[in-house]
Amino acid sequence: MSLYVDIRKSYGAFRLDVTFGTDGDVLGLLGASGCGKSVTLKCIAGIERPDEGRIVLNGRTLFDSEKRINVKPQERRVGYLFQQYALFPNMTVQGNIAAGARRLAKADRQTAVDDMLEKMQIADLRNKYPAQLSGGQQQRTALARILINEPEVLLLDEPFSALDSHLRDRMEREVMAVVRDFGGDTLLVSHSRDEVFRMADRIAVYNSGRIDALDEKHSLFKSPGTYSAALLTGCKNFSRAAGLRHENGRTLFTAEDWDMELSVPGTQTGDMVGLRRHYASLADGPGENACEMEITGVMEDPFEYTLFLRRPGHDCEPLGWTIPHDDFVGLDGKTVYLRLPEDAIMLLRR
Amino acid sequence: MDWFPLWNSLRIAAISTVVIFFLGIWAAYGIAKLPKLVKGVLDVLLTLPLVLPPTVVGYLLLRLLGPKRPIGVLIMNLFGTRLVMTWWSAIFATVVVAFPLMYRTARGAFESFDETLAYAGQTLGLSNRYVFWRIRMPACRQGIMAGTVLAFARALGEYGATSMIAGYTPGRTATISTTVYQLWRTDNDAMAFRWVLVNIAISAVVLLAVNFLERNNKKASRRLGRGAAA
Repeated sequence: MSLYVDIRKSYGAFRLDVTFGTDGDVLGLLGASGCGKSVTLKCIAGIERPDEGRIVLNGRTLFDSEKRINVKPQERRVGYLFQQYALFPNMTVQGNIAAGARRLAKADRQTAVDDMLEKMQIADLRNKYPAQLSGGQQQRTALARILINEPEVLLLDEPFSALDSHLRDRMEREVMAVVRDFGGDTLLVSHSRDEVFRMADRIAVYNSGRIDALDEKHSLFKSPGTYSAALLTGCKNFSRAAGLRHENGRTLFTAEDWDMELSVPGTQTGDMVGLRRHYASLADGPGENACEMEITGVMEDPFEYTLFLRRPGHDCEPLGWTIPHDDFVGLDGKTVYLRLPEDAIMLLRR
Repeated sequence: MDWFPLWNSLRIAAISTVVIFFLGIWAAYGIAKLPKLVKGVLDVLLTLPLVLPPTVVGYLLLRLLGPKRPIGVLIMNLFGTRLVMTWWSAIFATVVVAFPLMYRTARGAFESFDETLAYAGQTLGLSNRYVFWRIRMPACRQGIMAGTVLAFARALGEYGATSMIAGYTPGRTATISTTVYQLWRTDNDAMAFRWVLVNIAISAVVLLAVNFLERNNKKASRRLGRGAAA
């Protein structure tokens, strides 16, 4: 099972230019709104036509501008879960699912619909209209309608954005179960890094119409490579990196905005440095990647504190450091030695 | 009392409503997808009869379909009949005059349709025809029904263009509106008044029907949850 996408499309000043593939796995498309994630899904579904490029699903060419191939959306076999689910308001739950079952032989439809109603646990809602359903029930109905249609790829467009936050968690697990059960190529569009991290195997970071980084999720979060990928994966501490030099298999540089000399293993390059707020620790005294810091501010979250620290007497950018409530005791108002772990320091390209 | 004008008015209005229904939907749907400039020009042309005096419409129709005009001559040669001064000639007039009402209301309804519903249908493999008749039309039915009733009411009350293209022949082309005018003109005030009452009664029934439809629609919309939180 595989999906290959290589498309370009212009809308006035905006230009979408992306290439990626999936191999039976879940690929998350992560990016701010308006960066072209949804358009990508629409091009795959055949709702929008790319200016040029190629889309191949399981060896079947869906779109090829050179060979002038453009398969109708009806024949692409794409399971598209829309943001607001797009249930047909004039049909009941059962009617909506039956509308997705019209590929099946007439005699098999009713059984298939009944099975799907059971499977998605919406059998008792079969005669209700979409407007009478909760967000979660609407989503289950929309999923049932897609699954009964036996798609070759699942396209999930911000699947949880229409749900209240308390429902999100549960629906996320339900959708995950559906995706695992489906077992085929799946694209998940989202602007939430947590959601994408939990659900996807690999992540493509979108930045104004281009893919900035595409990697297995753990390696992507560990070394995002670019500033925008680091930003989108939730990194909040950044500084310019200057005076980069390689010595004894290590890379040394100055984090200008933090006013710190840093050293990381290997020969790396980059002009920015990033550090996630969770990754820092206390040190006994000055040392490699460790120096004295004063606490200039504290922000309290329900279960964590974020301290803002900078070199004493320097008027530079403070570093945010997030720690559990318990670890905070005794730190307030103090000057501490802070170590930035060498494997958590991310050198980035702008 | 000769009831012919009532029967004639009703059949003219009914036939034109059927014609306008399909023509209006076709135009409204087709034009919404055209490029902006073409859309603008066609929109003006199709809406023009709404603001033109009916006599001007009648005059233009006579120029187009009159017995000495090419189309009139052609039809005479082919079918041995005139296009004007028959009972069904009035249908030309009522269709042109009432068409914009259907066209504009249907277009408004189509424009407010959530296109993702159509996309969802297409990705599920549903034919464009199915999407149109089973998804788009039901979602737009409020506007389409309103347009249909308005067009029927307008066709029923048409006078100016009808009198020019179908004339007034008692028992052959007379409609309620032309009959009222003729009776008043020939000083038959009592009969004119009766027909006025008939006309008012029909209009009241039509309006009641509209209200009834709207009430049902509100119930249906509540069921369908238009505007409810998604």
